[in-house]
Amino acid sequence: MSTATADTIEELKARAAREGLLDVAYATTDSPFGRLLLAQTKRGLVRVGLPNQDTDLLLADLSARVSPRVLEAPAALDEVRRELDLYFAGKLDSFDLPLDWRLSSGFRQRVLRAIDRIPYGQTRTYTEMARKAGNERAVRAAGSACGSNPIPLVVPCHRVLRTGGALGGYGGGLPMKQSLLELEGVLDEKSSS
Amino acid sequence: MTPLPPFQTVLDEHAATVMGILRGAVGREAAEDCFQETFLAALRAYPRLQDARNLRGWLLTIAHRKAIDHHRANGRRPLPVAEVPEAAVETGPEADERLWAAVGALPPKQRAAVSLRYGSDLPHAEIAAALGCSPEAARRSLHEGLKRLRKELA
Repeated sequence: MSTATADTIEELKARAAREGLLDVAYATTDSPFGRLLLAQTKRGLVRVGLPNQDTDLLLADLSARVSPRVLEAPAALDEVRRELDLYFAGKLDSFDLPLDWRLSSGFRQRVLRAIDRIPYGQTRTYTEMARKAGNERAVRAAGSACGSNPIPLVVPCHRVLRTGGALGGYGGGLPMKQSLLELEGVLDEKSSS
Repeated sequence: MTPLPPFQTVLDEHAATVMGILRGAVGREAAEDCFQETFLAALRAYPRLQDARNLRGWLLTIAHRKAIDHHRANGRRPLPVAEVPEAAVETGPEADERLWAAVGALPPKQRAAVSLRYGSDLPHAEIAAALGCSPEAARRSLHEGLKRLRKELA
């Protein structure tokens, strides 16, 4: 009986946002692959958690690395959710979302920014990404930059393959990478690499 | 240093307790506003918090301060005559909740006196100042409130 009403908490969050106290807004959303975590700062989308990743761990990480002012605020992520839904429905080939890159730095961030420019339905190799980031020989580092991508799906690390066409790795699991590439028409369904 | 949990966790874990205590301290209606003030103040200060081990105590301290602010702001105005008590006061599983529910059902002046004395640990003189009455009147309200609580919870 002493539970705060949903309205009171809703209003509290709206006031927090107006006062600039909502440093990290997050929401979860359903996708064909399972539940995604979406987190956003005032700069833009900062984190996308894939279904196989632990939400509590991701939120604790955001609290430690961005700001502990982390609040669930689904309305703040409406646009992100809308674009992702369209993408999964095959109706959107380019996200138009501000991104917050602060969870990556240096070479890794350069790799991720290069990945961000790979067009829908195309693929590149880890070697090409290493070259674009300024060090062609750092292929393994480019691979691990992909693996640590804080904003998967929107920054399309699933479009990076091994030289020769093997899938390589994916934080959300290889079946998900395979499905995303099928969705984008890069791979035929059930083709395996 | 214990890392600070995401603020959402703090809200989830302590919202009910804070609301319960505020309802006891300032009444059901004002509690909504004091609740928001409490968590906004907490959110403002949160990144600078040194110790995450006693978040409950930290929040309750802020809540009590907000309750006192509320009473001070109302101190000059006459307090409303007894509010209509809840038809049924459901007793929660925790003794704390049951107690604060009973406090919440007291007439406003007794409720304020009891919660300021035992919730915020204020001396009689400060309770009197917060309520805008004489220390003697504060003492009387406190006495009456406690008598009623004892009967209620017996």
